[in-house]
Amino acid sequence: MAPDTRTISLTVNGQPHVAQVEPRRLLVDFLREDLGLPGTHIGCEHGVCGTCTVLLNGASIRSCITLAVQADGASIDTVEGLAQGGELHPLQDEFSAKQGLQCGYCTPGMLMRAREILAENPDPSPDQVREAIASNLCRCTGYQFITEAVISAAARMRATREGVAP
Amino acid sequence: MTTVNQATPGAPPVRDHSASRRWVGQSIRRVEDPKFLLGRGGYIADRITPGTLHAAVLRSPFAHARIGRIETAAALAAPGVHAVITGREAAELCDPMPDFGPDPAKHTWRCLAAEKVRYVGEGVAVVVADSRYLAEDALELIEVEYEPLPAVTDPERALAAGSPLVHEALESNCAYERSFDFGDVERDFAEADVVIRDRLRWHRSGGQPLETVGAIAEYDQGTGSFTIDTNTLSFTSYLFMAAGTLKVPVNKLDIRPVPAGGSFGSKLFANKPAVIAGMCARKTGRRVAYLEDRSDNIANCDHHGSDRVYDVELAMMRDGTMRGIKIDVVDDYGAYIQFGVGHHGNALAQVVGPYTIGSVRYRVRAALTNKNQQGAYRGFGSEVNNWMLEQMVDKAARELGLDPVAVRRMNFIRDFPHFIPTGNVYDSGDYERVLDHALELARYDHWRAEQERLREQEGRYVGIGVITAQERSVFSATEFWFWFDEPGAPVTSTPESVSLKVDATGGITAVLYSCAFWGNSPETMVAQLVAEEFDCSPYDVSIVYHGSRDGLPATGPGGSRTTVMLAGAVEGASAKIKEKARRAAAHLLEIGPDDLEWADGGFRVRGDPERKKTLGEIAIMLHLFKHSFPEDMESGLDASKVFDHPYTTMPSADRKDLGVFYPFVGHACHVPVVEVDIETGVVTFLNYAAVHDCGTLVNPRSLAGHIVGGTAQGIGTALYEEFVYDDDGQLLSSSFMDYLIPTAMEVPELTIGHVETPSPYTPHGIKGGGEGGRMMAPAAINAAVNDALAPLGVRLSELPMTPERILAALRAADHAG
Repeated sequence: MAPDTRTISLTVNGQPHVAQVEPRRLLVDFLREDLGLPGTHIGCEHGVCGTCTVLLNGASIRSCITLAVQADGASIDTVEGLAQGGELHPLQDEFSAKQGLQCGYCTPGMLMRAREILAENPDPSPDQVREAIASNLCRCTGYQFITEAVISAAARMRATREGVAP
Repeated sequence: MTTVNQATPGAPPVRDHSASRRWVGQSIRRVEDPKFLLGRGGYIADRITPGTLHAAVLRSPFAHARIGRIETAAALAAPGVHAVITGREAAELCDPMPDFGPDPAKHTWRCLAAEKVRYVGEGVAVVVADSRYLAEDALELIEVEYEPLPAVTDPERALAAGSPLVHEALESNCAYERSFDFGDVERDFAEADVVIRDRLRWHRSGGQPLETVGAIAEYDQGTGSFTIDTNTLSFTSYLFMAAGTLKVPVNKLDIRPVPAGGSFGSKLFANKPAVIAGMCARKTGRRVAYLEDRSDNIANCDHHGSDRVYDVELAMMRDGTMRGIKIDVVDDYGAYIQFGVGHHGNALAQVVGPYTIGSVRYRVRAALTNKNQQGAYRGFGSEVNNWMLEQMVDKAARELGLDPVAVRRMNFIRDFPHFIPTGNVYDSGDYERVLDHALELARYDHWRAEQERLREQEGRYVGIGVITAQERSVFSATEFWFWFDEPGAPVTSTPESVSLKVDATGGITAVLYSCAFWGNSPETMVAQLVAEEFDCSPYDVSIVYHGSRDGLPATGPGGSRTTVMLAGAVEGASAKIKEKARRAAAHLLEIGPDDLEWADGGFRVRGDPERKKTLGEIAIMLHLFKHSFPEDMESGLDASKVFDHPYTTMPSADRKDLGVFYPFVGHACHVPVVEVDIETGVVTFLNYAAVHDCGTLVNPRSLAGHIVGGTAQGIGTALYEEFVYDDDGQLLSSSFMDYLIPTAMEVPELTIGHVETPSPYTPHGIKGGGEGGRMMAPAAINAAVNDALAPLGVRLSELPMTPERILAALRAADHAG
């Protein structure tokens, strides 16, 4: 008995995809297993920890409690799309510079959330960063160096945008 | 007081540490980072290949029940299902799980429950299917008949007569009981002016890394060999036990470590998922992945943390001098006891803290209950001892009307090496310097003034905690068996190994054995240590994690041993390589080996620095130009070092002296400032300073990260996290909605300071420091809350200090509605 499937078309990291998926298939499994993008991780599978965070049309969602069919027609961004042309994104680079990661498991979700935060507010205070990343759990770092990394990346991204060398 | 200053029996030679280091001590970026930042970490779930089957486990809804008939036909007929294995079938396919606890035959632990379930979440059957979705569909078609039995979830009730028995064969729920006396306890208590008494309760929490445990197994019928990738490798030397469970010779089992998305102890040893995946792979003849989901992990990870009830007496003089301590502890181990009471060995390693307490009575009882069993959680039981002792010191200061900081200071150990009453040694330290630095960083006087002002002018309850506690590192195997007069396996080895291979171009590859990446930084540590030896860039060092088969002896991460032990292994392997390179260079330069000195990445002639050979020049000659050397010079340039624990001694036969078993002892002082809202019971941080001394720092930024992260976990333990079981044994906090891990809003910014008192006995003077944050924070935060509530006569002695518990304590003292 072949499972009932639906056709979805969506864009992931700028690449268009058309796929057949079971209605119950989770977006995170679709990304990881069907598209071969394992950077989005699974943490709690009940929408609390934020490990599976991706951007859907620019807004962060939990891909472990989102169905792939719900992403039909959407534009998805995952951690695999952050680095461009072999260069780390300033967020990735600052996470490394500040040691904003240890085990690295929450990092992709944290990076995508940080990207959304800085899109909304390019110049957040440390308190604003802490409040915003409270959506995502990190079990290793205690958040301090993540906060520092996001603040540093924000400064570099502002400088780049304003045409000043970072 | 037992202070030994003369050359110490069994002690290794005191090392002369180089003052100038190029790489050790630098906060370089971690070499591990790029792959993780790019989303290419290669975690266990990332290694599922097309055609891999998926296993899912059916779990008991009962805390205690006999298992009757299990109907599996419908599940086996379900789409995509390849196998269904019940616990009884699993008991045929596999032997019991590796168990380091006492009398394992009387509390047999299996990968799936066979005859009865002993806690909610214990596995009773496993389904193997084409996908996790199909496997979970089939789980719903399995019918299990349970005959429920009365459950026991309170450790003291479990020890009382008439309690339901978790393991009938044991005829008791007490898996272990013994009382030890170290030093002259009776004399110290007889001579004491006062005895401070308290009853303390520490509830269970756990590591709960964001990645659960998983394994992917293949069985090759042609060779009779297993290959199992897993994120839980450690204790390679003991993998014959896991091989025994899977019923294969250990040289037919290759367990390969993959990066773990956090462990904090909870991925210690190769545990149940590896066995379940292996069993299913052999049964189906296919590659099988078993990855826990969060529910599997919370209820069934076999790594819940300590769960203790203490009755403590501290013998004091009126001036604040501490004389002796009597500790009576019941520890709720849950349904099994895989590591025995090793957690209390961790406590005994530093049982008197940084204080000159002269005698200790330690009675421990291990209770079995209908809960998931204890395993490892950052601190491994020593953090609980720190909390207990610091609570007692604060209570003593309060009852004697003394300043708690002054009481600590006057009792500090000042001469090193110092043997504590249990026989363990503290290698070095400068506790006063750590305390002074912490008080300064915390702006202690400022906050004392603020505390008074806020209380008087605004009616706010602000508290300052000051704790000074120990951070043991690098355990000896004796801690697993000194509990018994006639131990079954009195093992004494805890080595770690590294191979270094210099290729023909001079590039260096370091091979690590049993040393998984757990979020600690073994690659960065080894790269920095290799760079220090060979004057290369740490980023040019390549690191390989070797599988268990044909590996060298290794013990793996645990007990803050990794960096110290890897440093010894790198040092030893480097010395061998340099010795051969020296002989080769001497031959090439036509000079005696003793006329050469190592400098700037090669050997040069003493007094003639222009005559030199770099490591690369030597390496290419050794790899490719055999005829340029004497006949006895083998080609190639590589070496391995099996580095044994540098300092352990045997326990005495009467166990009044446990010997040296955890000798590299760091120290820390944490000073949190909290405000307690007496209307809501909510605790918030106003400030937090922490100073740690774990010897010479390899990468200060990395250590600071561990301090903040460990402190965040300690905040969880102190205020939020608890595996709550009700009286029927139901796990009430079975998801992250109820098991509350601190977010960025609950963790304050820490001000961190480092003091470096090198160990005299380790390479570079390094001590382990990975567990320190969590070893200090629960004690410090409890102290701060109690300081805040002192004017109300309220004191919390139970963790976590949830708003409910704080309000209950206030109500009991008539201070809250």
